[in-house]
Amino acid sequence: MKFSFPGSAFTLATLAGASMLAMSATANADDIGIVVYNAQHESLGVAWAEAFTKETGIKVTLRKGSDMEFANQIVQEGAASPADVFLTENSPAMSLVDGAGLFEPVAADTLAQVPENFRPSNGHWIGVAARSTVFAYDKTKLTEDKLPKSLLDLADPSWKGRWAASPSGADFQAIVSALLALKGEEATTSWLTSMKENFTAYKGNSTAMKAVNAGEVEGAVIYNYYYYGDQAKTGENSKNVALHFFKNEDPGAFVSISGGGVLASSQHKENAQAFLKWLTGKGGQAILRDGTSFEYAVGNGEASNAALPALSDLQYPKVDPATLNSAKVTDLMTAAGLL
Amino acid sequence: MSATAFHAESRSALRRLVIAARGRSRVPYLWVTIVAAFVSLVSLMPLGFIAWITIQTGWETASKLIFRGRVGELLVNTALLELCTIPLTIVLSVSLAWLTERTDLPGARLWAWLAVAPLAVPAFVHSYAWISLFPGLHGLTGGVLVSVLAYFPFLYLPVAAQLRRLDPAIEDAAASLGLNPWQVFFRAILPQLRLAICGGSLLVGLHLLAEYGLYVMIRFDTFSTAIVDQFQSAFNGPAANMLAGVLVSCCLLLLVIEAVLRGGERYARVGSGAARPADRRQLGRWVFPALALNVATVALAIGVPFVTLTRWLYIGGTEIWRIDLVGSAFAQTVVLAIAGGVLATIAAAPMAWLSVRAPGRLQRIFEACHYYVGSLPGVVVALALVTITVRMILPLYQTFATLFLAYVMLFLPRAMVGLRTSIAQAPVELERAAMALGRTPFQAVRQTTMRLAAPGVAASTALVALGITNELTATLMLSPTGVETLATKFWSLTSEIDYVAAAPYAVMMVLLSLPLTFLLYVQSRRATGQ
Repeated sequence: MKFSFPGSAFTLATLAGASMLAMSATANADDIGIVVYNAQHESLGVAWAEAFTKETGIKVTLRKGSDMEFANQIVQEGAASPADVFLTENSPAMSLVDGAGLFEPVAADTLAQVPENFRPSNGHWIGVAARSTVFAYDKTKLTEDKLPKSLLDLADPSWKGRWAASPSGADFQAIVSALLALKGEEATTSWLTSMKENFTAYKGNSTAMKAVNAGEVEGAVIYNYYYYGDQAKTGENSKNVALHFFKNEDPGAFVSISGGGVLASSQHKENAQAFLKWLTGKGGQAILRDGTSFEYAVGNGEASNAALPALSDLQYPKVDPATLNSAKVTDLMTAAGLL
Repeated sequence: MSATAFHAESRSALRRLVIAARGRSRVPYLWVTIVAAFVSLVSLMPLGFIAWITIQTGWETASKLIFRGRVGELLVNTALLELCTIPLTIVLSVSLAWLTERTDLPGARLWAWLAVAPLAVPAFVHSYAWISLFPGLHGLTGGVLVSVLAYFPFLYLPVAAQLRRLDPAIEDAAASLGLNPWQVFFRAILPQLRLAICGGSLLVGLHLLAEYGLYVMIRFDTFSTAIVDQFQSAFNGPAANMLAGVLVSCCLLLLVIEAVLRGGERYARVGSGAARPADRRQLGRWVFPALALNVATVALAIGVPFVTLTRWLYIGGTEIWRIDLVGSAFAQTVVLAIAGGVLATIAAAPMAWLSVRAPGRLQRIFEACHYYVGSLPGVVVALALVTITVRMILPLYQTFATLFLAYVMLFLPRAMVGLRTSIAQAPVELERAAMALGRTPFQAVRQTTMRLAAPGVAASTALVALGITNELTATLMLSPTGVETLATKFWSLTSEIDYVAAAPYAVMMVLLSLPLTFLLYVQSRRATGQ
């Protein structure tokens, strides 16, 4: 080989160094914009960020992760957190960060944009979207009379090997936290133990729905929007699937609130508050209505996507989002061998 | 030049040579040893972290998190995966290697290259391809199938290289003593492949422990997937750390098993002259099953990914080639891979040089540290670095520095391998002569050994770069905000089962890996003089 080592190594090292500098420069461009820890679906996060930047000129840098990962991460980062805004899919993660006293109170005019039942009473964070728990089932195998009446029925031995869920996901853990809030620790533990016996684990709700569609299991406990999202695309992964809403204020009818909050440690509070205000206002909610996320809009008088059944018809249980205890849920699920 | 002058000059040159030779071991060796010791110390960090966190957690909590049913399930899964995959991989790769190296199989050179080519497809792209075609494929069966296809080249490469090196005289002797061809294979050839099989199996075994993406898609829970589940549910909570502790124990156990199985037998050939090249055995009518085995392996290991990717690309059309997204992920991956490759090679250089020039007990220990850290799964190293930086060295948290540190640790052995061999081939006398001619020790090493080692340096850098291109877990957990590599982008799209949009990223990863895989193939042939 002809090239000389010191020369080429030096060139390579310089090249590497220069590109690293260039890359860290891009990553540090948040001096003018905001860093969002986005646990929401990446596509929705990007749609929000792009529209906001277009309207206000404020740059948004997204970091992707999941609800509880970010919540625990923010708690450990404490005052040094690089994040300005935290967006989740479910509220337990918001409660965790709020419990550590790391949220800046949400501006009053932003709070006024969302009805009280979609935000905690202390006003430290705010609901930005919502989703409903459903039992997605294989309509070629199950008829309506054979569906479970309650989420609790799935613990029954007759359901052994017939249903699926994604226990490692924040979505399912939020459903368990609602169960815990509504039925208490003892009932939750026994339900989780039976679940371990009965269910099949999938990674991700969309994968679980795909399995129902493929006939691998008869049903899955997931959120509603996966179905509508797939129907809007090709329908390839949901053509045999129908949704069953538990209603009757059953734990299985739980409506989960996706939260947004500004971190107390943020160096860009003004821009961060502006982002939250935009999300819960006309601009952000319109993306929920017109986009392909199929999550419910929560802003005052804001309409959700027309394909969805009205949120007011779902007879969901009243759960104070501030009481959902994520750490307890993780412990119970770890103890039940689900994690 | 007069005779006296020449005489005087050569005498003074000789004197300088003596002085240099006497003083040579002082300066560079000491400094190089210090640097190598530092790298070794850093590579011990993940192990120290596990110990530290276990003490911090307290034995009561720790034992509750270690001795529980879930860990038992994962241990059973891991053991089954290792016990099914490794023997199958050995049988497959030894058969393929023997067919391509020692028989008159038509197109042997082509089949030899095709047996290495699956390495260009990242393991998680293999499983993506399989579940696209067979959505129901899951669990142990699926896991073993895809693992064998994704990892058998790791065994094929050393076994084929070893087969090329064997002295056919031993086989002749065995045959002349009345053994039939099968007996010759099992009693004369196979025992000589022991080191290659042990080494390759260790590599496969460690990959099975470390791999995350493959098993998530195929829905088979291993320690790596469980740790990431815990990480996503509770960040670096005690449960995740304890699982990491068990996983590290599994890795160390594999290293010990391999060391025991390797044994201490002598394999070097004695006698004068060189071994003659072995004859290729006539397959006769066995040529058809032999070809069928090769065709089937290629169809499953290369055909399936190729068909799936082509299908998704066709369905997606031009719409999925968002040049701003794919292009930026591609550029970031290339920069990370090259920079990481260079850094890992630089970090490995002192140890590689020492292990050739000054082997000793201390050096042996340092070298072991360099190798062991590469056996750790990315998820463990990342977990350690996340926790250490967020709790103790916050300025390094979520920076490129930490990400590169993880890459260097994970791929240190890859960098060592290439460097060591090529430094060993550079005669130490050149360094001494250079010093005798007035170069400082560092100049001497740089101008002689390092120049001669250039091909090894290039190979090391390339091997590390290949690893980084396909790295997923450490990149996901450590990368600075806003950094997206081909692997992480592919991963987030497949998580939303957007298999179509994920296809371009998979294709780019394969295209990036192909030249590096080819380099690996060429290197392995060159090592045996072909």
